[in-house]
Amino acid sequence: MNCCGGSKAIEQKQQDVSIDFVKLKEMFKKYDGIDGSLISILQEVQEMYNYLPIEALNYIAEETGIKPTKIHGVATFYTQFRLKPIGKYLIMLCQGTACHVNGSKAIEEAICDELNIKEGETTEDNLFTLNNVACLGCCSLSPVVMINGETYGKLTTDMVRKIIRDIKEAEEKVQKGA
Amino acid sequence: MKIIVGQGSCGIAAGANKVYGAIEKELELRGLEVELALTGCIGMCYLEPIIDVVDDQGEKTTYVKVTPEMVEEIIEASMIKGEKIEKYTISDGDQKTLEKQQRIALRNCGMMNPESIDEYIARGGYKAIEKCIKSTTPDEVIEEIKVSGLRGRGGAGFPTWFKWNAARQSPGDTKYIICNADEGDPGAFMDRSILEGDPHSLIEGMLIGGYAMGAKEGIIYVRAEYPLAILRLKRAIEDAKERGYLGKNLFNENRFDFSLRIKAGAGAFVCGEETALIASLEGERGMPRLKPPFPAQKGYWQKPSNINNVETLANIPWIIENGGSAFAAMGTETSKGTKVFALTGKIKNGGLVEVPMGIPLKEVIYDIGGGIKEDKAFKAVQMGGPSGGCIPTSLLDTSVDYDSITKTGAIMGSGGMVVMDETTCMVDMARFFLDFTRKESCGKCIHCRIGTKRMLEILTRICAGEGQDGDIELLEELGVKIKEGSLCGLGQTAPNPVLSTIRYFRDEYEKHIYDKKCPAKQCASLLTYSINIGNCIGCTLCARNCPTNAISGERKEVHSIDQSLCIKCGKCQTVCKFKAVEVE
Repeated sequence: MNCCGGSKAIEQKQQDVSIDFVKLKEMFKKYDGIDGSLISILQEVQEMYNYLPIEALNYIAEETGIKPTKIHGVATFYTQFRLKPIGKYLIMLCQGTACHVNGSKAIEEAICDELNIKEGETTEDNLFTLNNVACLGCCSLSPVVMINGETYGKLTTDMVRKIIRDIKEAEEKVQKGA
Repeated sequence: MKIIVGQGSCGIAAGANKVYGAIEKELELRGLEVELALTGCIGMCYLEPIIDVVDDQGEKTTYVKVTPEMVEEIIEASMIKGEKIEKYTISDGDQKTLEKQQRIALRNCGMMNPESIDEYIARGGYKAIEKCIKSTTPDEVIEEIKVSGLRGRGGAGFPTWFKWNAARQSPGDTKYIICNADEGDPGAFMDRSILEGDPHSLIEGMLIGGYAMGAKEGIIYVRAEYPLAILRLKRAIEDAKERGYLGKNLFNENRFDFSLRIKAGAGAFVCGEETALIASLEGERGMPRLKPPFPAQKGYWQKPSNINNVETLANIPWIIENGGSAFAAMGTETSKGTKVFALTGKIKNGGLVEVPMGIPLKEVIYDIGGGIKEDKAFKAVQMGGPSGGCIPTSLLDTSVDYDSITKTGAIMGSGGMVVMDETTCMVDMARFFLDFTRKESCGKCIHCRIGTKRMLEILTRICAGEGQDGDIELLEELGVKIKEGSLCGLGQTAPNPVLSTIRYFRDEYEKHIYDKKCPAKQCASLLTYSINIGNCIGCTLCARNCPTNAISGERKEVHSIDQSLCIKCGKCQTVCKFKAVEVE
């Protein structure tokens, strides 16, 4: 999906991001001469920018000699990598078996309804991104979401709506304060 | 005095860090000098956050479901008054569930600080590798593992000694031992618990494996989604290096060098397959290849490689220390030792349990797991995740061992045990797993890539009330063909959840297809909401909450639902206080 149809949108959004090529080059040094480091390099790039900017991918190709198609192939193969920027709050909704059995579908519907986005999308204000993930490993707390590293368990639809509203409110206050 | 806070991922998710912070603050406030330590997961996730208060005589009091608000009271009682607060402590029943287990792979989890190599050594750690290097030949090590009867805990259950021996027999100086810590089965977290709670056991297991097969380098391929596990592993590796348990010329015997590194996986279920994992380690897309050659002949960078699962390796030091026959004394004829399970779903006491092989399934679910939540009726237990199947009530006496579980159509798998009750729809369950495998199929084999998609489409259709005559047969036919036409374990097992639910719950499929009904009342499209005339008092609550204004009725009069407008969201039933909304 992202490789052809979505590329325009990616390029547009990426104009906002400036790539620090010096920093990237510095990072590559660590992997110099170590074969098979592509995944580790991509992980570091994503760590820096929260996603994989296309310019950064091209730069990896230039510097390492790995073909851009291969880099793109690897970047789209693994679920960890994303080619689009994400919102300030990344909502990771657990879709493990235990969460599914305990009603994660209803939680997803509530989040989608509250934010008016679908799974994998980001809200227009760039505040929230919703991603379904396989098992977060807190099965006894199911259903579970993790928002920016913080886990919320034993959720009901009302609870998850409140959590999102609270974040929104806090953000609005910060905005007004600024 | 000492306070220990359980800080595995599940404990932290339940708020253990906040509790830890509160204890720290409270101790400082009171000027108390008490040792505050952390430990890994004890397995009783349903009771987290858990803290242990150990007094000067070494007596331990366990407090469960601790909140930061309870901290002041607990410290006041235990530190100042020397009392226990009984209402917060672990119940006898819960304590007993722990005692029914036999912990080998989890022997240190929740019992020591995973960030302290000293505590590991104090518990007998690194003694096994010392014994190997100083007084045991590699062949003797492999023989000991053979005696133990240990089989791979990752899913397939291949004898560990056989793999080690194959790698040992392969010619060449450069060999690798790889640990597969890419736990991808949704609903299973055994490996994470060991990585977080006892990383040194894994390191020692790899050392022993490396020594036995002649591998000087080890790699741990761990899920990037397990940040805490990676952090603790890194720390453990650093500490082991510093103490001379990793590096050159170990124990100064001039026999063995070993180095170890971590590689973070990037999220692909198929990388649980050995050849796909190796491709991923080499920086490629994680796609499997044809075997032979097996990794033991040509693996990582074409060198002989051996891949073991975390739990398998965590058992190794214990086996060397206690002898293979001690391990083989537990379990059944063909399945020796113990197995760790992640007990989840509609179960009262969800968490990690380690039981001897051969224990009846019933005992795991009822005696250790405490039975079904809200005492509803048990329907099935799913074992083996996306590669496994469901075991119904009639087979609850099945012994938990590789062969008996396989006979039921499920598999032992890595240890996911998801319990389902009467409200779980088996067709939806099959659809859920197919959705997972369809997404995770690497796309190499047509049968797996397209077949799983077609199966998913049929299942989705059935759940949406559009099932047709012949769908079940088509699913069965497709299932068999996908198994035959796929290269790796993912495709070969992907149809299992569907085939096993058809085998035991065919009537449920038929009800969906022919009667357009979902007996578990889960498939929204097949439900009809109606008002029970006798119970409705006309409070208007349902009408006010209906998102589509499908409910009408005057105050204090019986309401009714316009079926053409109803979107079956169930909100009316949730809000009704008089049980007046019924669903069929």
